[in-house]
Amino acid sequence: MSDLKKQIIAQLNLQDVKPEDIGDDQPLFVHGLGLDSIDALELIVLLQQQYKIKLSNAEEGPKVFSSVRTMAEYITAHQAKNA
Amino acid sequence: MNGEKYITSACIISNQVVYKNEKPVFKNKDTGVADFLVSAYHHFEIKYPKFYKMDNLSKLGWLAAELLLKDSFQPGKYKAEDVGIVLANANSSLDTDIKYYETAKDIASPALFVYTLPNIVIGEIAIRHHFKGENAFFILEAFDAGFIEQYVSNLLNNNILQSCICGWVELLDDTYKTVLFLVEKQDTGNARLFTKENINKIYQSENG
Amino acid sequence: MSQPVFVAGIGTISAIGKNVAESLDALENGRAGMASMRYFDSLHRDRLPVAEVKLSNDDLSKLAGLPATKSRTALLSMVAAREALNDAGIENIASLRTGFISANSVGGMDKTEKFFAEFLADNRKGRLRDVVHHECGAVTELVADKLCIKEYITTISTACSSSANAIFFGARLIKNNILDVVVAGGTDALTKFTLNGFNTLMILDEQFCQPFDENRRGLNLGEGAGYVVLVSEKVAATLKKKPSVRLSGYCNANDAYHQTASSPDGTGSFLAMSGALKKAGLQPADINYINLHGTGTQNNDIAEGTAIKRLFGPSYPKMSSTKAFTGHTLGASGGIEAVFSVLALKHGIIFPNLRLQTPMKELPFVPEIEFIKNATVNHVLSNSFGFGGNCSSLIFSKV
Repeated sequence: MSDLKKQIIAQLNLQDVKPEDIGDDQPLFVHGLGLDSIDALELIVLLQQQYKIKLSNAEEGPKVFSSVRTMAEYITAHQAKNA
Repeated sequence: MNGEKYITSACIISNQVVYKNEKPVFKNKDTGVADFLVSAYHHFEIKYPKFYKMDNLSKLGWLAAELLLKDSFQPGKYKAEDVGIVLANANSSLDTDIKYYETAKDIASPALFVYTLPNIVIGEIAIRHHFKGENAFFILEAFDAGFIEQYVSNLLNNNILQSCICGWVELLDDTYKTVLFLVEKQDTGNARLFTKENINKIYQSENG
Repeated sequence: MSQPVFVAGIGTISAIGKNVAESLDALENGRAGMASMRYFDSLHRDRLPVAEVKLSNDDLSKLAGLPATKSRTALLSMVAAREALNDAGIENIASLRTGFISANSVGGMDKTEKFFAEFLADNRKGRLRDVVHHECGAVTELVADKLCIKEYITTISTACSSSANAIFFGARLIKNNILDVVVAGGTDALTKFTLNGFNTLMILDEQFCQPFDENRRGLNLGEGAGYVVLVSEKVAATLKKKPSVRLSGYCNANDAYHQTASSPDGTGSFLAMSGALKKAGLQPADINYINLHGTGTQNNDIAEGTAIKRLFGPSYPKMSSTKAFTGHTLGASGGIEAVFSVLALKHGIIFPNLRLQTPMKELPFVPEIEFIKNATVNHVLSNSFGFGGNCSSLIFSKV
């Protein structure tokens, strides 16, 4: 998860945020990190570029990107599928 | 009806220097444009994390607007719909267009695509300061003081706006220049008249 | 200072027709322009419908009278601008102060993409001449030159509100006695740049779009051009064909919310529409038809719908989104929809909002689903809302 946090920070240009600042279960959107709809799309790009996972249904987004933990769980589940 | 209009503040960012009312207020000669803009952002202790997401053109225009208004503009003085933004440049959003296109070779970046329109600079300034008045972005061959004076004067004379942020925001690769003016209907003390001559004088001032 | 501005001529080309007559026929007969990609080449060919102008670059160039090496954006602009000027039939135009205010979002990008691909593969290849007209302003200059308009030429680039902004800027130039005649509007051609960009924003519909439908999925990209010829009262009086429509109101405002999304309560839209009404000296009840921006995205339609609810409720005019016919033509949309608004006034017609099956739950009104003839149409409001929060509304009225 700490790698994932670094990737999120890089992908979303969150220059002032350090990986330690992001809680594993902290909400990423609205409250917490306060990300917006474009950030959500960039996270979809991140999944594809770094983990070769395609999230083609935008409606899955809110669940998958709810927190770093839910993202990590999704990645683990789908990488197993792809392997 | 056609009262006087005044340039109550001016900000120039060019050649690694930031000028407020023609006085240099920050300099950082040893960096490329992206790092320069971020170093200026840090120097003025601005807290606006969304700054980092902007493309270089928006960073440039947004920063200039921020410094233009700092200590020179009272929030709440005008209604949101009475303040507008009129900007122009020659290269539109070409700098970001090219960067976006690079990403499209692999996976297109939505965050970059957002900035492939020059008027997003206006959007960023409007979001920051809650300005909801008329706004326009023109593509001109070169800086045109007469055009700006005529267009903005018309807006203020006809009470379409009571105040306007206007000027030039240009950036392509490492070449950039922004000159912004805050135009109001009252003289706030050290204001200059909003005339073609004064606009040109200020535009050229950093060359001196 | 407040002299009226008349519409002396109109011209348009889009997926539904290469001129006004063809477009009107398509609008009357419910013939939408979206389909699988035919002329345009993209990886998304099998997945994304688009609303193309049904002409290859070669055929378009013949129609425009410009070489096929010129950007498609310029070719489209030429066809529509010339139709508008011919429609206006201003005999002594050479002696009048004439301007060309054109908008586009993509410039000569179509040629640049082709150049870029060749250049990337081998940097000795690719015709540099192809990219000479990449820049938005260059497209405008090219067409102005061909139309022999020299006095005043400028380009506005504010995303989807661009050509609406061009139109009211033109009106201002006439009202301030700087020009006598202005050809104003916009143009945009389909490019991979835009298609891929909108695709990454995930707002494209894989089916034919359904604006203002509860289950709408997004927009279909289109291409085209639309121009109006605006004239002063003095010039209008000299014309054989007396103008029957004038531009009576307009307003632009910034939503100040997000770079690409609209605020949920449609603040920018509300300000633009109410400002246009104020400018025209009209009440909401005076509007007979609203040509909606209606792109078919989740976000736009609810924001625009909410603003309309706030401004017009409880009694609503007839309304529809013609993007269900033409797709979203980006920089050209304000211009094309201005032409449609003028047609509504001239012929007393209301266009249907195609493919509307389930009305939006949150809205207390439903757009028209049938084409209406013999309607009372005295005032039409046309909305164009662009990225960057740039919101514009135009009002056209019967003279």
